[in-house]
Amino acid sequence: MTGLANVQFWAFVGVVAGIFTIFSLGLQVQFGFAGLLNFGHVAFMAIGAYTMAILVVKTGLSLWIASLIAIAVSMGFGLLLGLPTLRLRADYLAITTIAFGEIVRYLALNEQELTGGPQGTINLEGAGAAARYNDEWLDFQRTVQGWLEVLLGDNATRDVTMLVIVWTVALVAIVLLQILVRSPWGRVLRSIREDEDAASALGKNVFSYRLQALALGAALGAVAGLFFAFQFSFFSPNDFEPLTTFFAYVIVILGGTAKNWGVPLGALIFGFIFAGTRFLDVWPLNTFDSAERAYLRLIIVGLILIGLMAFRPQGILGKREELVVE
Amino acid sequence: MTELLQLVVNGLVTGSIIAIAAIGLSLVYGILKIVNFAHGDYLTLGAFVAFTVNVTWGFGMAGAALAAIVAVALVGFGLERGLWRPLRRRGSGLIGLFIVSIGLALVLRNVILLVWGARPRRYDVDVFQVYELGPIRLSQSQLVVIVVASTAITLVGLMLARTRLGKGMRALADNRQLAAATGIDADRITTYTWLLAAGLAGLGGVLQGLLQNAFTPSMGFTLLLPIFAAVILGGVGSAYGALVGGLVLGLVMEVSTWSALAGGIPSVYKPVVAFAVLIGVLVLRPQGVLGRARTV
Repeated sequence: MTGLANVQFWAFVGVVAGIFTIFSLGLQVQFGFAGLLNFGHVAFMAIGAYTMAILVVKTGLSLWIASLIAIAVSMGFGLLLGLPTLRLRADYLAITTIAFGEIVRYLALNEQELTGGPQGTINLEGAGAAARYNDEWLDFQRTVQGWLEVLLGDNATRDVTMLVIVWTVALVAIVLLQILVRSPWGRVLRSIREDEDAASALGKNVFSYRLQALALGAALGAVAGLFFAFQFSFFSPNDFEPLTTFFAYVIVILGGTAKNWGVPLGALIFGFIFAGTRFLDVWPLNTFDSAERAYLRLIIVGLILIGLMAFRPQGILGKREELVVE
Repeated sequence: MTELLQLVVNGLVTGSIIAIAAIGLSLVYGILKIVNFAHGDYLTLGAFVAFTVNVTWGFGMAGAALAAIVAVALVGFGLERGLWRPLRRRGSGLIGLFIVSIGLALVLRNVILLVWGARPRRYDVDVFQVYELGPIRLSQSQLVVIVVASTAITLVGLMLARTRLGKGMRALADNRQLAAATGIDADRITTYTWLLAAGLAGLGGVLQGLLQNAFTPSMGFTLLLPIFAAVILGGVGSAYGALVGGLVLGLVMEVSTWSALAGGIPSVYKPVVAFAVLIGVLVLRPQGVLGRARTV
């Protein structure tokens, strides 16, 4: 089966949407709840994925331990980034963080010994060795696939299994974040976003709360990076261009800033836009070839971002009063 | 020593292009409070318009550059009327406009990709002509960039220093309320600011295209962060600051590869030097190296 009715294709779209949900939840914490304009979020995804892959391939560490270390390292970089920059004005923070993201990408691109360079993780053991890091993950995935076959029969393919795993993690993350933002910690965070001076007059350490939000977002970014690495079996620095961060902003703003459930909604709509333009063979779409459709998709994404900011900056689920962007 | 001289000259060439682009970005940032993330793509648009005029239609490079300046200036003007002005009237803030500019950057870059495709393009110029000035070697493109850029920078500098329009621009960038109170027509100056900023971006794009020899639609975006670094180095809103910032940044990027500096950094890391300068200046002195200390 091909085209719109293909279950496997939509499972794949769902997996990517799930990974972007986790990634964008990290941004939701930083941008939606703490009001931090982090435009280098993709760096945390890159650091998570690369740390795991490098540890597994070069030190032979277990994938699970390497993944935990990767999340910790990513959080460490969040703190490192936040310490000097969190006092900056919003626009300066945005420019600084995007520069941080680009530094990480340039390092991944050029430190071939460490990262495999432009060809990506396949070169982690030098050219020609075809390094693999996700054998343990594939074993685990096959086990889960076995359980799912009881329920779904032949439909329980690799992508469907991944779909179930990624969305389970995403939903758990959403529920946990939902609890967190309703806790005293979350209330302080939102009060800082609304009025920094008032919060600090109440004796709250504004800087420390922001730093925690940045580190928590970094952890979620790293988890997304891990799933990205598991799903695609290999990755390269090109997967971590600033564009990925912009996608996360589109998702967060589309779903609704400061609304956790807006994130999966935004990610799914985003996934449909990307996938739908691949298959709809109606005029004027059928006049473009596949490369041109890729450009067209990004034009649509850009127009959505502009349109949202102009007409509905609070997104689908967001509340006008909780607007970060004005 | 020869190596250093050559690097300094290369730095001035790179820096003058960054400076040309940074002046416009800084004025728009200062006067309109738009952190225009699409500025790099204005440069790319200029480079590709010139490509069509020069290669497809067979005009000379000077005509192509003029066409690029006019075309990008018109696009800049159109976007002011069709996008930025309506958004300002709706009361969009700094962050909202910043995010809009990211959307605009995506649209512009992919329209360029749709129209011109992804493959590298070259102008119809002699790339083998090299001039030797003592120990320094300059390609024809480098020489053209230096001459054109310094002429453009001088003209813009004079315009900002001497003309009513230029003074109005600087006054608005410095303090909008005060400028408006003295009877400066903000709407008119906004229009001219966009014409100037976009026109200079168009020129900068053509020069960068010449300098790189082959260029793709990602050219402008690659240059965007160094341009931002120059703007911030010089202090946001200061046209002169952006000018000096651009030249300093070009020099720092090139000279950092000097082998006498502990072997120099690998030249692939030149952009990283610019990013590091950007972060360093923002963290240590956010008003810019030339800017006055005040609340920023």
